[in-house]
Amino acid sequence: MKFIHNILDKVEPIAKKSKFTYTLYDALHTLLFQPNFTTKGKVHIKDGMDLKRTMIHVVLALQLCYILGTYNIGHQHYIAVGLFDGHLFEGFLQKFWYGLGQLAPIFLVVHIVGLGIEILFAARKGHAVEEGFLVSGALLPLIMPPDIPLWMVGLATAFAVLIAKEAFGGTGMNILNVALTARVFIFFAFPNSIIGDSCWVAYDYNFIHNLFGLEDAARDMIASNGHNLDILWASIKNAPPDWIENPLLGRGWSGAPTIVTSNLLASGALDAWTGATPLGVASYGYENPATEIMASGGMEAVRAAGYSNSEMIWGFIPGSIGEMSKVGILFGAVLLLVTKIASWRIMLSGLLGLIATALVYNLIGGSNYMAVSWYEHLMMGSFLFAIVFMATDPVTASGTNTGKWIYGFFIGVVGMLIRVANIAYPEGWMLAILIMNVFAPLIDHYVLQGNIKRRLARVG
Amino acid sequence: MEQIHKSKIFTFTLTIFTFFIASMSSALAQTATAPESSGDSTGLFLVGMIATVLAVFLFIMFIMSDKIIKMATQASNPNSNTFGEGTGFSLFPSKKELVTVENESENLSSRYVKLKKGVNIDLAGEADLVFDSQTIIVSDTHAIKPTDFHGMSSIPKVMVEVGTEVKAGENIMFDKKRPDVFYSAPVSGEVVEIRRGEKRAIHEVVILADKEVKYKQFETANFADLDRDKMVELLLSSGCWPFLVQRPFGVVAEPTDSPKAIFISTFSSAPLAPNYNFTLKGEDRNFQAGLDALNKLTDGKVHLGLDSTAENDNTFTDAQGVQINYFKGKHPVGNVGVQIHHIDPINKDEIVWTINPEDVATIGRLMLEGIYKPIRNVALTGSVVNEPKYFRTLLGANLKNIVDGNCESDEDLRYISGNALNGTQVLPDGYLGFFDNQITVMNEGNKYEMLGWILPSYPRPSTSPTFLTHLLPGIHGKIEANANTHGEKRALVVTGQFEEVLPMDIYPNHLIKAIIVNDFDGMEGLGIYEVIEEDIAVCEFVDTSKNDLTGILRTGLDAIREQG
Repeated sequence: MKFIHNILDKVEPIAKKSKFTYTLYDALHTLLFQPNFTTKGKVHIKDGMDLKRTMIHVVLALQLCYILGTYNIGHQHYIAVGLFDGHLFEGFLQKFWYGLGQLAPIFLVVHIVGLGIEILFAARKGHAVEEGFLVSGALLPLIMPPDIPLWMVGLATAFAVLIAKEAFGGTGMNILNVALTARVFIFFAFPNSIIGDSCWVAYDYNFIHNLFGLEDAARDMIASNGHNLDILWASIKNAPPDWIENPLLGRGWSGAPTIVTSNLLASGALDAWTGATPLGVASYGYENPATEIMASGGMEAVRAAGYSNSEMIWGFIPGSIGEMSKVGILFGAVLLLVTKIASWRIMLSGLLGLIATALVYNLIGGSNYMAVSWYEHLMMGSFLFAIVFMATDPVTASGTNTGKWIYGFFIGVVGMLIRVANIAYPEGWMLAILIMNVFAPLIDHYVLQGNIKRRLARVG
Repeated sequence: MEQIHKSKIFTFTLTIFTFFIASMSSALAQTATAPESSGDSTGLFLVGMIATVLAVFLFIMFIMSDKIIKMATQASNPNSNTFGEGTGFSLFPSKKELVTVENESENLSSRYVKLKKGVNIDLAGEADLVFDSQTIIVSDTHAIKPTDFHGMSSIPKVMVEVGTEVKAGENIMFDKKRPDVFYSAPVSGEVVEIRRGEKRAIHEVVILADKEVKYKQFETANFADLDRDKMVELLLSSGCWPFLVQRPFGVVAEPTDSPKAIFISTFSSAPLAPNYNFTLKGEDRNFQAGLDALNKLTDGKVHLGLDSTAENDNTFTDAQGVQINYFKGKHPVGNVGVQIHHIDPINKDEIVWTINPEDVATIGRLMLEGIYKPIRNVALTGSVVNEPKYFRTLLGANLKNIVDGNCESDEDLRYISGNALNGTQVLPDGYLGFFDNQITVMNEGNKYEMLGWILPSYPRPSTSPTFLTHLLPGIHGKIEANANTHGEKRALVVTGQFEEVLPMDIYPNHLIKAIIVNDFDGMEGLGIYEVIEEDIAVCEFVDTSKNDLTGILRTGLDAIREQG
């Protein structure tokens, strides 16, 4: 410890030469060594808890999502090309390395861009680098589709950190959730990359994959099955864009023009695979011209597309990287609740909001999608991830306990409205949370007004 | 919603999650047996089993941890009343907590208030209930420090010169802004120094104390017949007046004001605070005389706040002419500000006075004996103190005679006049503050800690369950706190943590923000009149972002006071 500290002391004069390097040095120094600051005012003792410890516990809570998400990227990839589709642990290492090769660059880009901007701003303003990005940076890769182009991730991160955070004054001042702002940026700016079916599975091999020889291995294996990887990809990628985007044509490869489907089916790659998320088929229905299985939506379509409950709970379904595994999310939720870092009020009221809205939909009926029960809603899509990790961000949520109940409940309600009633996009938590982020100060305002009125009422 | 106990909600959430997992597993079992199931049924069944096992495991784990926590609490506090009654130390609510009934006392003029929020900071080094010596130990030097009084001009008028001989009770200075309030010498002797700081501000007026204190005699034979004006005059001239502190603002009371009530808290819940039931034993006559004097100052009531869990001395329980209120809860329940909030809250343009019990006895002594004899029963506390115990001395004593040879540590030490949450740092040869009757000595803690924000390290006080000390209270015994901030200053990020520890209907987070942006309406509306530093000290303690909340609050109070 002494040794490392001595090195840091030697580096200090060099780092002091520019503001940027000094801020970087300071950030590293406080990360390695909790400072020797002592109290100055009338309060002489301070709680052991600090922001670093708070934030790092959220990051810890995300770890199971990271592990399961990484594996799922590989799992979905190999199922897409028709390899290792026997059982879950077939080709364990390949799946894991593929997932890691896909996730690591996204993670790196997010942190290089995000932390870079943070340090730049901290240096300009002359304060220490605050820990907010620790969590934003950990959340961001998990809410991205695995196939997202890296430049898009970088751009979205830069946009979110600059516009959603630094423009409002940095950590603790932002109105919108930073990670969700990045995602919503991609959602509106590059919808092709985040809407539809093709984005939820990673296809390409990058240089990290090639480092492990994954592409060559896959090529060989596919060739031994009598197919060609390039033709397989070509038939997927050359699919006309309107087929990917137009909901009326149906979702999944099932909605693809016959020529594509038949090519793929002929290649033997598409046995039990659609590429569509369970939520997608629940919303738009499922139709497989080859097997002539048809379902107009709801759980019936989910089952027809071949998704079992266990796959949905463990998260081995197509979707955003970290949002799919309900087990991973519940692990994080328990950790956050036991450590009292996240607000149980928001989680509980959000859950109640979802259940209430789902029950109303069930009463109305009308379509198969509306008949989906609340616990089935929990298994599909990213509600749990959103309510556990996104909605509980203390900066953008309501600051009062009463406000948290209202805030959480309406996230549940608004999210369900968007999820079920909106035909263009079958998922709503990102938008619901951002909407409620905007309303959170208003909710707080009325809660505080209540407090002020109580105080005035005492005078009579 | 505030009424529902937190653990109840927690258990409810847990049950929901358990049901959720259970319902999913039952759904799985159904799917597995259904003929049209598409997946392989053995896999589904396996997952269903795992989910069920997980749910059962979680449930057992919670029951077990609940038991362990209860046992640990029991072990660390076998016969404590303030601790371990289930509140906050069990994951599940007890029957008592579920059906909370506010115990209405038979005596209508008395109130019983039970507070659930707050935090007891259990530090090592509590003073044993013994006096070093029953007689009063007069230090070599005593001092009056103008810095102890909020709002006093930095250069008060000192009425004596260096070399003047004074008796205890003779006036030695007054605030130029308020020339009618006099401050008196606590001991007799020679004025040896008027210590100045920056910009000639007066920091200490030091008196070299006589071995045998000589008292100035006041005419108080018929104090029971004095009217209010005469009583005020007596208190002003004797130097007892500054003991009366005015709320809002926490400044010395204004003689022309008529407060709506006077509040006295007979117990302090602050870390290692002295026990008045011990120190004021046998002072019942003086205390009662003091209360009688105070009753003349207000048209309203004099309120006495007692700890409902302690064995209260008859000095307090037999007090006449006052309303006795009982309080139960965690710190800051002993703070007079919290008690006012629950008994008779301060509204805009209202004034309440507060006074410490020892000072009530001092006023009583003035009434009965005609002398100004401000006895301070000082608790010497802290983890580095060899023999923490009580010392009987007079106001403004020099620390040296008390702490010398009594503290031991290989680190830098911090000497605090007052308690760890509301005290002033003084030098080892500095002086006790005007209102203080406690000395806390602790390690400075000015050391770096490698990866201190995550690696396990020495135990420290915390309300966060991320620390073992919180999950299993008593696992390390009493905690040896130091003055390290355990982190750097950050923007206010975490919400709800202040509300958790402040048992008042106040949103401290929003109040602080209103002060920062100079929003006067906001400050007033959110209750700035009801708090002073000592009340929100506990918020500053738990603050994850390490902000100087008490400093910010004082800025706000000063700003509002100037606005007038």
